[in-house]
Amino acid sequence: MDNLNQILLDALDAVSSSESESSLDEIRVKYLGKKGELTAVLKQLGNVAAEDRPKIGQLVNEAKEKVQLAITSKRNVLAAAALNAKLANEAIDVTLSGRGQELGGLHPVTRTQERIEGFFKGIGFDVVGGPEIEDDYHNFEALNIPAHHPARAMQDTFYFNANTVLRTHTSPVQVRTMETSQPPIRIVCPGRVYRCDSDQTHTPMFHQVEGLLIDENISFADLKGTLQQFLNVFFEDDVKTRFRPSYFPFTEPSIEVDIWRINSKGEGSWLEVLGCGMVHPKVLEMSGIDSEKYTGFAFGMGVERFAMLRYRVDDLRMFFENDLRFLKQFN
Amino acid sequence: MKFSENWLREWVNPAISSEELMAQVTMAGLEVDEFSGVANEFSGVVIGEITEAVKHPNADKLRVCQVTDGVDAFQVVCGAPNARSGIKVAFAKVGAVLGEDFKIKKAKLRQVESMGMLCSASELGLSDENDGIIELPLDAPLGADIRQYFDLNDLIIDVDLTPNRSDCLSIAGLAREVGVLNKQDVTAVIIEKNAVNTQDSFPVSVVNESGCPRYLGRVIKGVDVSAVTPLWMVEKLRRCGVRSIDPIVDVTNYVMLELGQPMHAFDLNELSGSIVVRSANENEKIVLLDGQEVTLRSDTLIIADESRPLAIAGVMGGENSGVSDKTTDIFLESAFFAPLSLAGKARSYGLHTDSSHRFERGVDSQLQFDAMERATALIVEIVGGSVGPIIEVTSESDLPSHNDVVLRRQKLDQYLAVSIDSDLVTDILQRLGLNVVDQSDSQWVVQVPSYRFDISIEADLIEEVARVYGYDNLPSSMPAASIDFSPVAEAKTPLQTMRSSLVAFGYQEAVTYSFIDPVISSQFYPEIEAIKLENPISVDMGVMRPGIIPGLVKAYLHNQNRQQSRVRLFETGRRFIGTVEALSEMDQQERLSGLIAGSRYPESWNQNGDKVDFYDIKSHLDALFSLNQGVDLEYRKANEVYLHPGRSAEVLIAGEVVGVIGELHPQLSKTLGCNQAVYVFDVSLDAVLDGKLPRYKAISKFPEVRRDLALLVNRDIEASSLKDVILSVAGESFKEVKVFDVYQGQGIDDTKKSIAIGLTWQHPSHTLSDEEINNSLDVIVKELDSKLSAVVRG
Repeated sequence: MDNLNQILLDALDAVSSSESESSLDEIRVKYLGKKGELTAVLKQLGNVAAEDRPKIGQLVNEAKEKVQLAITSKRNVLAAAALNAKLANEAIDVTLSGRGQELGGLHPVTRTQERIEGFFKGIGFDVVGGPEIEDDYHNFEALNIPAHHPARAMQDTFYFNANTVLRTHTSPVQVRTMETSQPPIRIVCPGRVYRCDSDQTHTPMFHQVEGLLIDENISFADLKGTLQQFLNVFFEDDVKTRFRPSYFPFTEPSIEVDIWRINSKGEGSWLEVLGCGMVHPKVLEMSGIDSEKYTGFAFGMGVERFAMLRYRVDDLRMFFENDLRFLKQFN
Repeated sequence: MKFSENWLREWVNPAISSEELMAQVTMAGLEVDEFSGVANEFSGVVIGEITEAVKHPNADKLRVCQVTDGVDAFQVVCGAPNARSGIKVAFAKVGAVLGEDFKIKKAKLRQVESMGMLCSASELGLSDENDGIIELPLDAPLGADIRQYFDLNDLIIDVDLTPNRSDCLSIAGLAREVGVLNKQDVTAVIIEKNAVNTQDSFPVSVVNESGCPRYLGRVIKGVDVSAVTPLWMVEKLRRCGVRSIDPIVDVTNYVMLELGQPMHAFDLNELSGSIVVRSANENEKIVLLDGQEVTLRSDTLIIADESRPLAIAGVMGGENSGVSDKTTDIFLESAFFAPLSLAGKARSYGLHTDSSHRFERGVDSQLQFDAMERATALIVEIVGGSVGPIIEVTSESDLPSHNDVVLRRQKLDQYLAVSIDSDLVTDILQRLGLNVVDQSDSQWVVQVPSYRFDISIEADLIEEVARVYGYDNLPSSMPAASIDFSPVAEAKTPLQTMRSSLVAFGYQEAVTYSFIDPVISSQFYPEIEAIKLENPISVDMGVMRPGIIPGLVKAYLHNQNRQQSRVRLFETGRRFIGTVEALSEMDQQERLSGLIAGSRYPESWNQNGDKVDFYDIKSHLDALFSLNQGVDLEYRKANEVYLHPGRSAEVLIAGEVVGVIGELHPQLSKTLGCNQAVYVFDVSLDAVLDGKLPRYKAISKFPEVRRDLALLVNRDIEASSLKDVILSVAGESFKEVKVFDVYQGQGIDDTKKSIAIGLTWQHPSHTLSDEEINNSLDVIVKELDSKLSAVVRG
């Protein structure tokens, strides 16, 4: 039986020093195969005393199991090592860029306009659009700005002929809405507007969002509250505001809203951001709305101005150059 | 309007600081635009007199002056040519500070000691002109501080007055407002009738009475125009932004600033026959004060005599009838011109004057007599003369009427959402000069004074009360919430979703101008006459765009020229096609346009830098139209001038063209300066956004069967016609057809191409048998052969 132990030791030794699947196969054949050494021992059982046979048989079987186990576990170790080697070999540079398109982005004016619209949509306003080439009536007359009214000089107008203009504000959309519907009216009118003016702080085209709320019992307090809320929401801050008397022919009373801004040097100043007021009774009447029964407020703001404040853009003209190096800053 | 704070405070002087005053008027609707000192900051400058001035021994251009301040004598070296004995001067003593780093010290100028400096007006910030040292009036008190003498501790305040508040275009008007805000009485200047000491007169007739409801004239004879305008008047004018011209013109300007009435003085001896206020004759000419000759139109009100126009009424006088250094007798005008008759006139002649500014907005129609008397008194005081009687032509019926306005308590409360105490309301109204003629618990009846022609309805009174009460003191609330929301059409793709899709394809949104260069417009759209602006900002922004693409191409070029060669842009906005004569039929449709150029993917280690082609941009457009269930698009070869004829298509929905897509025509592209192929699309925004509500269809449980075919067809056969033919005969269990390969070239006849298609069948209720598939396939193959001569390749 010394022989059996020796075979076992040799076999285990061979397994442990094996480095490949194929040598493990050879070891298995050498010891456990039909002509293997341990099988041979079993075959010799005939030469053993009968009473010893079961015991020796058992020993041989145990040895065979040990060898089999050693082979299996070695096989697992080798497989794991091989997998690791394979994976290591497949490693890539994860810092290289991915494949495919880069995202583009929205224009800052659109971004800002959607933010403004979003607030008003949230409180039940509809978004309405309208033509940009307008007749004099809808752009001026219906807004209580008759021909030669000095207020016309406040808005340098692009003309096509005496009766046709590029709208100077989106108010004509409000007029068209009042003409075709009855209160309650809650609308915002975003869009392009045009003034014949071009310098560092003026472009001949810019964007406005104007709004109109007409219902019974709408008051100055509603106007103040709504616009204060809007500014707080837009700027994500408790915005310090002042409501300053002003003049627009289509509102009475008329108000300009200033907000308090601190510049980079820490100096504060008031900055005008909104024009608004209670809709002038004449404007209501001209569009067929009973000014005794209904009151309303209207407001208007320049989208570029809000975008400039929000994103700290200091040159208005950048908005219309469409330079990718500018546009991509808002992606 | 620019005004001097001290002048205002002569009229009303509330115990508040300058800053408080400015904040107060701003919050009352008279917005302070800016303010500045009336002179430089300086100290230690007094009134001196030159008692002797001799040439500097060592310098030709310098003088050595002996200067006295009334107590001591000082030697001062001065370079001004007008430094001479006997004049009174602004004398900066040793120790005087003229600016931050400018302190006057004892000095030697070319070996001669100098104990101070004689100042020019510009050195003190009193004027921009620099012509020698200041010469003060001979009665200026020696030794007095210049700041006090000139009343320089004053501010120039510029208020940006809204067009409705022309009542504040004068010191009197501003004072009235400040008085109201501070509950203080206003000390108005006292105006008395001047004694008439000559009966000399001059005939006046007003032809256009509605344009000129009131015209006052007066002759003043024997004036001495060599007299000098007093310093206090020159300074007040200067602080209100008006230059001193001569004593008579200065007085008319002064009265305009003080009371708000523009006036004009004619040289009586230049007038022939009589004054006639009439409309101009068409093409009549006048040479204005500023020297320019103007051809008048008949809609223009003028002041004329019997031989020629003398002035454009309320705008500007003529060159030859005004006061000159030869004038001895004057005819003074104080008129009320109706705002409507003057509105826009000055502008139409390229003019804008202090006078036209006021008349267009409105002048107090009751002010003319006061202004006439005030100006007369000042003129006589300065240049002397004998005063004639006031000549008056007034058409009462043409003067503005002033109706009473009612303010109801209930309206006031409803508008402002607060109930302001009745006494306070009455007080505010009355202090504004609005005469409360009747008052009850439910209303106020208010008589509006002639200077507040902006007030005519109840809302105007509400505004006045609110304004004086203070907008910031009024309550604030949110409007009552409404649950009455408008339905949102789900079948319509939200604009935001569409934009996001383009963003995902790498597009940047652009915003280009709606007006474009007419030359560019005709290059893109030769058959469309672009709508012309009458007054464009520049020639290259002269017409309204008939489409967005020219703008995007311009934006592309801007980027290409800045080393940004991979460009993807889109824009939504209106196009403008039609004529302004038929405005209601004008096409102002909203469009979506896109442009791509450069490499298909951003430059990267894993990309080969392939450039985009037609099929890239087409896939983007297809994707947009597939949003929200989408619509079935058709592409048909396009014939668009600005597109490559072989690489462009019209986009159709149900037979209607909704847009175009393609490569920019290589010739145009080259002309414009593009250095690579540019692909564009332009479609109706509504067409893109129109979708459908999803509708569920049962999913078949039975397997799909696919067969592939390789077909040999003529090169001009389009994939879409293959599909059409297949679908026309494939039967109801046919599911779809896909082109998975197209090949032309080696191994194939020059006139042919090979198209490989995959056909898929699936039946909703059973597994299709080979026989069913083969039958369908046979039919398809035969139809392809007969309709398109398509041959199945081995």
